[in-house]
Amino acid sequence: MTDTAPARDEVSTVTVTVNGTAIEAAKGELVIDAAERNGVYIPRFCYHHRMKPVGMCRMCLVEIDTGRGPALQPSCMIECTDGMSVETESPVSKKAQDGVLEFLLVNHPLDCPVCDKGGECPLQDQTMSYGPGESRFIEEKRHLEKPIPISQTVFLDRERCILCDRCTRFAKDVAGDPFIHFQDRGNDSQVNTFPDHPFASYFSGNTVQICPVGALTAKPFRFKARPWDLDQVESTCTSCSVGCRVVIDSSRDEVLRYSGVDSDPVNWSWLCDKGRFDFEYVNDDGRLTEPLLRTDAGQDLAPAKWSYALKTAATAIKGGLDRSGPAGVGIIGGARLANEDAYAWAKLAKGVIGTDNVDAQLDDGLPAAFVLGLPRATIDEVCAPGGTVVVYAPDIKEELPVLFLRLRHAAVEDGVKIIELAATDTGLTPLADSSLRVRPGEAADVVAALFGSGTAPEGVDPTAFFHARTLLAGGARVTAVIGRPSLAESADVAVAAAHRLLELVPSVTFLPALRRANVFGALDMGLAPGILPGRVTLDEGRAHVASGWSLATKELPTETGLDTRGILEAAANGKLDTLVLLGADPLADFPDRDLAERALTGVRTLIAVDLFLNESNRKADIVLPAAGYATTEGTTTNLEGRVTTLGQKITAPGTARADWIIAADLAGHLGGDLGVESVAQLQDEISRVAPSHAGLAAALADPANRDGVVVPVPAGPPQPPEHAVEGNPADPSHRGAAEGAPAEPVLLADGEVPGERLEHELGPDPAPATVTLPAPPSVAAPVRDAYAHRLVVTRKLYDHGTLVQHSPAIAALAAPSSPLRLNPADLDRLGIASGDRVRVTSERGSLAIDVVADSGVPKNVAALVLDQAGGAAGQLLTAGSLVTDIRVETQS
Amino acid sequence: MTITDAPKIVTGRLAAHDDAHTIARYEATDGYKGLRAALQRAPQSITDEVKAASLLGRGGAGFPAGVKWGFCPPGVFPRYLVVNGDESEPGTYKDRILMESDPHQLIEGILIACYAIGCSQAFLYCRGEMALAHERLGEALNEAYAAGYVGKNILGTDYSIDIVLHWGAGAYIVGEETALIESLEGNRGMPRLKPPFFPAAKGVYLQPTVVNNVETLANLPWLMQHGAEAFHALGAENSRGTRMFAVSGHVKKPGVYEVEFGVTTFRDLLYAPIYSGGIRGDRALKAFIPGGASAPLFYEEHLDLPLEAGVVGKAGSMLGSGAIVVMDETTDMVKATRNLVRFFARESCGKCTPCREGTTWLERILDRIIDGHGRPEDIDLLLDVCDNISPGLLWPPKQTTICPLGQSATPSIVGTIKRFPEEYERYVNAPFSTTVAINGAAYLSPPVAAATGGSAE
Repeated sequence: MTDTAPARDEVSTVTVTVNGTAIEAAKGELVIDAAERNGVYIPRFCYHHRMKPVGMCRMCLVEIDTGRGPALQPSCMIECTDGMSVETESPVSKKAQDGVLEFLLVNHPLDCPVCDKGGECPLQDQTMSYGPGESRFIEEKRHLEKPIPISQTVFLDRERCILCDRCTRFAKDVAGDPFIHFQDRGNDSQVNTFPDHPFASYFSGNTVQICPVGALTAKPFRFKARPWDLDQVESTCTSCSVGCRVVIDSSRDEVLRYSGVDSDPVNWSWLCDKGRFDFEYVNDDGRLTEPLLRTDAGQDLAPAKWSYALKTAATAIKGGLDRSGPAGVGIIGGARLANEDAYAWAKLAKGVIGTDNVDAQLDDGLPAAFVLGLPRATIDEVCAPGGTVVVYAPDIKEELPVLFLRLRHAAVEDGVKIIELAATDTGLTPLADSSLRVRPGEAADVVAALFGSGTAPEGVDPTAFFHARTLLAGGARVTAVIGRPSLAESADVAVAAAHRLLELVPSVTFLPALRRANVFGALDMGLAPGILPGRVTLDEGRAHVASGWSLATKELPTETGLDTRGILEAAANGKLDTLVLLGADPLADFPDRDLAERALTGVRTLIAVDLFLNESNRKADIVLPAAGYATTEGTTTNLEGRVTTLGQKITAPGTARADWIIAADLAGHLGGDLGVESVAQLQDEISRVAPSHAGLAAALADPANRDGVVVPVPAGPPQPPEHAVEGNPADPSHRGAAEGAPAEPVLLADGEVPGERLEHELGPDPAPATVTLPAPPSVAAPVRDAYAHRLVVTRKLYDHGTLVQHSPAIAALAAPSSPLRLNPADLDRLGIASGDRVRVTSERGSLAIDVVADSGVPKNVAALVLDQAGGAAGQLLTAGSLVTDIRVETQS
Repeated sequence: MTITDAPKIVTGRLAAHDDAHTIARYEATDGYKGLRAALQRAPQSITDEVKAASLLGRGGAGFPAGVKWGFCPPGVFPRYLVVNGDESEPGTYKDRILMESDPHQLIEGILIACYAIGCSQAFLYCRGEMALAHERLGEALNEAYAAGYVGKNILGTDYSIDIVLHWGAGAYIVGEETALIESLEGNRGMPRLKPPFFPAAKGVYLQPTVVNNVETLANLPWLMQHGAEAFHALGAENSRGTRMFAVSGHVKKPGVYEVEFGVTTFRDLLYAPIYSGGIRGDRALKAFIPGGASAPLFYEEHLDLPLEAGVVGKAGSMLGSGAIVVMDETTDMVKATRNLVRFFARESCGKCTPCREGTTWLERILDRIIDGHGRPEDIDLLLDVCDNISPGLLWPPKQTTICPLGQSATPSIVGTIKRFPEEYERYVNAPFSTTVAINGAAYLSPPVAAATGGSAE
C-alpha cells in the first residue's frame, strides 16, 4: 500500500513540507498518509487506508499550500505534489478541527460510560486531543431507537453514528454485500438496512472493527468488558487456512474478542465472521477438561486421571504393535494442531511408533505429495495487478472468505482476470471474467481445450469459453488456485487439471485451496503418508530425519503408509488395531459416511485427542483433552506456506494439555523419548531437522518478519549471531546424538549457530531435496447414463461442525436444511416442483430429501451441501470413486 | 432608468403566445430554424460562434458556455450533454417558465449544443416538483421525435441524437452538477469530489460530460439565427445578451423578466412599471436578495448597481441564479433569516459534517431565539458556527465542505446580524419565558413574538 510505495519507486518521490519539516513522499501518496508516515498524525474518521477516500467527515482538514496560498483541504483526498506545504497545527487548521469535532458531538450521545467503544473510541480520543473542551450545543439531541439488530451478529445504534460512510463503503466496495445504506437526508441521515434485508454478509464483523464510534457493536462482545481491562496478544486465525493475523483480547482468563490485524501480504485487517466470532468455542462450557475412558465396551465414557489415561492409551498402542506391527496403528487428523504439535505427533508416529499410516486430511483435500510438490504462489502473486487467475477450487467465498476479499479487490480494483472452472455457480462467479461450467470429472479436458484450437467442450458456454481462451492467449502472467471443488469428485480430477495446466503454462504457480486450519503445516510437518517433516518423502528424507531424531534409519517406517481412506478401509476390514483421531471427526467430515461408520466399529481401540466430544470421538475408548487455540504458543502455516506465530492468551480448560505434550507423554509411556520440553525447543528442532524449514526460527524472530515467513525460507545473507540464537539453544541430548551424522547440518562445535551459516562454512546444503510433483493420475470420467444426475457436494461457511456449533453467535447461521439443488429445467423434466420430497439413490446409498430449483446448477447436475442440518450428503458418496452419479425419483 | 428595448431572446415567444409550447406554434415562429442553420455548418464553427458571442452560463456560476464545451478531452467518446433543469433555489423560477412554456426552444438548443460538442445522447434533468414542465417537455419531445428533429438521422442528415427526459426526486443539492450526475446514474444525490470528477473529464458514467443550464441552451436557437454579432451587441462588457430574472417577495408585480444583461439596474427591475412595479403598498425597501438564497443581502444603497455579475460580486454579493427576493420595511429579519437557513438545513445532503450538523444547529438556535429562549451569547454562537462552516466569513466565501451548500446558509445570518443587530437583541434580551421546552415541543406564548409581530415571508 501507500506506505511502501516510496521504496518501490524512488524516481517519483516528491518533497512536501509538513509543519515546516521537509519530508519525502511518493507522487500520488495522500497527504494524510505521508504525514502519518513521518510522525504527524492528522485526525480522521471516514478515512481508512484500505478503502477509497470519500472526504466526508472533514476531520482531516488541514491548510495546504500548493503555491496559490494556504487553503483548508481534506488531507485524505489530496495527493502530495512537489513543493506542497502542509500546516496541520496552524490556527486555521486547529479551528477547523475544533469546529468539526463540535459538529460531530452535536448529536452524538454522551453515553460513553455504557458504550462498549468507550476507552478505544476514535471519537473519544480525538475529542480529547483535538476537540473543544465543551459543547455549546444546548438543544435536545437527535433520538432514535437504541440499538437495532441489523444482522444476527451486529447491532446498530444510530444515535451514536457519525455517518462516516466506513461501514457502508466496506459493505459495498470491499465485501460486495451492499446491504447497509445511507437513508434519508441531511440531519435525518441514518445508516440502516432495508426492511427484510438484513446485513447478511460473511464479513459484517469488519464494520464493527472499523466503526470509529460505538454505533456498530458485535453481539458476542456487547457489555462483556471495558477496553482498558482487555489484555492482548497477536496471533493468527485458524478457522481456515488463509491465516489472517488477529489480535486476541481477553479479560479474566476468557477470550472475548478477535480483531483483524493489518497484515499486508494476507488479510489487510479484514476477517470473516466465522473467524471473528468463533472465539466463543474457546470458552465454551462443553470443552473437554479431563481425560475420559471407557473401561468396558457398552459403558459410558468416564473421567480419568491423565496418568491412567495415557498409560491405557500406551498399553493399547503397544498391544496393537505386538499383534499387528506398526502398520496396525493409524492416525487421522492434525490440521487443528499448531506446527510444533504436528511435528511432535509426526515424530511420535514415525519415529516412536513406527507407523506411516498418518493423514491430516480426511480424503476431502488433495494428495499431500501433490500439494507439497506444486510450484507455490503467494496471495500477493495471485492478486498482483495485470495477472490472470485460473480457479478450480471449492467456493472460495464459503471456504476461504478473506482470500475471496483479496481476489475481489484484485478483480474489481486491479484488473486481475479470473477464469473460473466450476461445476455450479459459486460466490466467485460474479467476479470472474469468464466462468466456465465444467461437468464433474472433466476439468483436465476443459483446461486442455482452453489452450487448444477446437470448439468449446460439450456443456461449456462457448462465449465464456472463447473469452477465457483469449485471456489466456493474451500473454499475461498466469497463476492458479487449485483445490477440491466437490467432495463427490475424486481429488484426481483437480490433480490432473493442475498437471495439464502446468504442461501448457510451465511458469504457472499455484495457491492450493485446502480449507482446514493448519492443514498445510500438518503436511509440512509430515502428518501425511510417505512424507517426513520438511516436505521430504519418506525415502529421500529417511537418513536426514533419522539422524535428526537420533534414530537408526531402519527405525523409521520402511514403506509408505495408508491415507485416511486406506486407514478407514483397513479399520473397517479389521486390519487396523488402533486408530487415533487427532482432532478429527470422520463421521461428519469424511465424504463416505458408511465407510467411516464401519471403520470406527471395526477398530479394536479408538483413541481421540480433541477439544470437544463429537459424533466420532463419542465412540472412542480413550479421549484426551487438548488445550487448543489461544491456550498454547506455537506457529501455524497458511495456504501460501507462510508461517506465523500463534499467541497464548489464556490457560487451557481443566487439565487439558497441549497436543505436543500429549505426544511427548505418550512417547514416554511407549518407552520412547521425543526429547522436547518446550515449544521454543520444538521450533529450534524443526529448523534443524525439517529441510524446508531451515533457518525458520531465526527468521521468525526477526521483527521485520511480523507478517510471517513463507517457507522454504529464502537463502539470504548469513544471519547475524544475535538473530540466529534467538530462542532456546539446541537440546544438549540432541547435540550429542547427532555427532555421528556428518550430513546433519545443524551443529557447530559450540552448538550455538544453526543451519544457515553452516551452509557457507561446510559447503553445499546436505539436506535432501523436497518433494517433487508426482506423476499425474489418469482420469477418465465414466459416461453418465441419461437418467442420472452428476452430484456436486460442497461446503458452506457456517455448518454443523463442532467449533461453529459451540460458538453461539454464529451457530444459528448454519442453514436450517440442505435440500438437493437442481436446475429448474431438470425439475420440469422430472415433473416435480421446488419443495417436493424426492428419493435420491447412489451406488452407495439412498435417502429422501427436499428438492429446490437453482438456476446456478447446470442441467444434469445435482448439488448438495455437506455437514448441514439433516445433511446426508455423506450417505451418497463412495470413497475413491472419480465422480458420483445419482438417480432422482419422485417418492411413491 | 436604463430600460432598453433589447429583443426578448428567450421569452419573446412565450410572452406573445399562449400556445408557445406546441410544435405548431413553435414552427410558425421561426422554430427549428437555428437547428437547420447549425446543421449546415461545421460543429467547431458553432462552438467558435458561441465563444464569440460571449454567452455565459445562466445557472449561477456564469462560466462561458463555448469555453466549457471545449473542455471535453478530444477524441474521447461517447460524451454526454446534461441539461440542468433542477432549478430549486428559493425564489428561482426562470427555467421553469422556459420548460413549461417553450419546451421546443430548449430542445432545439440541446440539439445545437449536441451537434457542436459531438455527442449523440443528451439527458434532460427536470426538477421533481415541476410536474407541468415534465409533462410539457415529454409532449414536446414526442412531437420533436415524430417530426424528425430528434432521433435517428435528424432532418435527413447522418447525425443522430437521443434526448432522455429524467425526472428528479426533489433535492436542491442535485442542482449542483456532480450531484446531478450521481442522481442521474441512480445514486443518492451527493456531490462528487473535484478533482477528479470534473464533469468535462469524468462525468456521467465517467465519460466526458457537458452540463448546461436550461436558459443557456435556450439562447442557442436565436444565436444561430441572428449570429454572434447581434448577440454580442446586447448587454455590457463581460455580460452579453439578455438575462432572465425572477423577482419575488414584496413587490407589486412579481414575475420573470428578461432584461438586457449588465445594463438594467436593480432599481429598474424593482420599480419600473413594466417590470416589478415597486414595493407593495409603496412601503420602504428593507433588503433584497440579489441572486438566490445563498447570496448576501443587498440594501437600499445597492439599488443603482447594474445587473452584472462582476459589479455585484465586487459589491459583496452575487447574481447567482437570477432570483431576486424583495423584503419591505415590515419584515422581521430574524424570522426571514430563519426561513433561509431552514431551507439549507432541510436540503443538506448529509455528506459533510459541517453542513449536515451545522446548518441544522443554526436553524435550531434561530428557532429558539424566535421562540423566546434566546440568550445574548447566542449571537456570537451563531457567528462562530457560521465561521466553522465558512472559515473567515469572507466573500467570496471559503468552505469546510465539498460543495457550497453549507456555506450558503451563512451569509444571511452574518449579514442580518451586522445590519440589524437590534432585531436580534430585541429577541435575546426579552424576559425569559417561564415555560419549559420538552423535546423541542411547543412553548407557551413566548413574550417577544407578540411584541415584534413582524412577518417572516
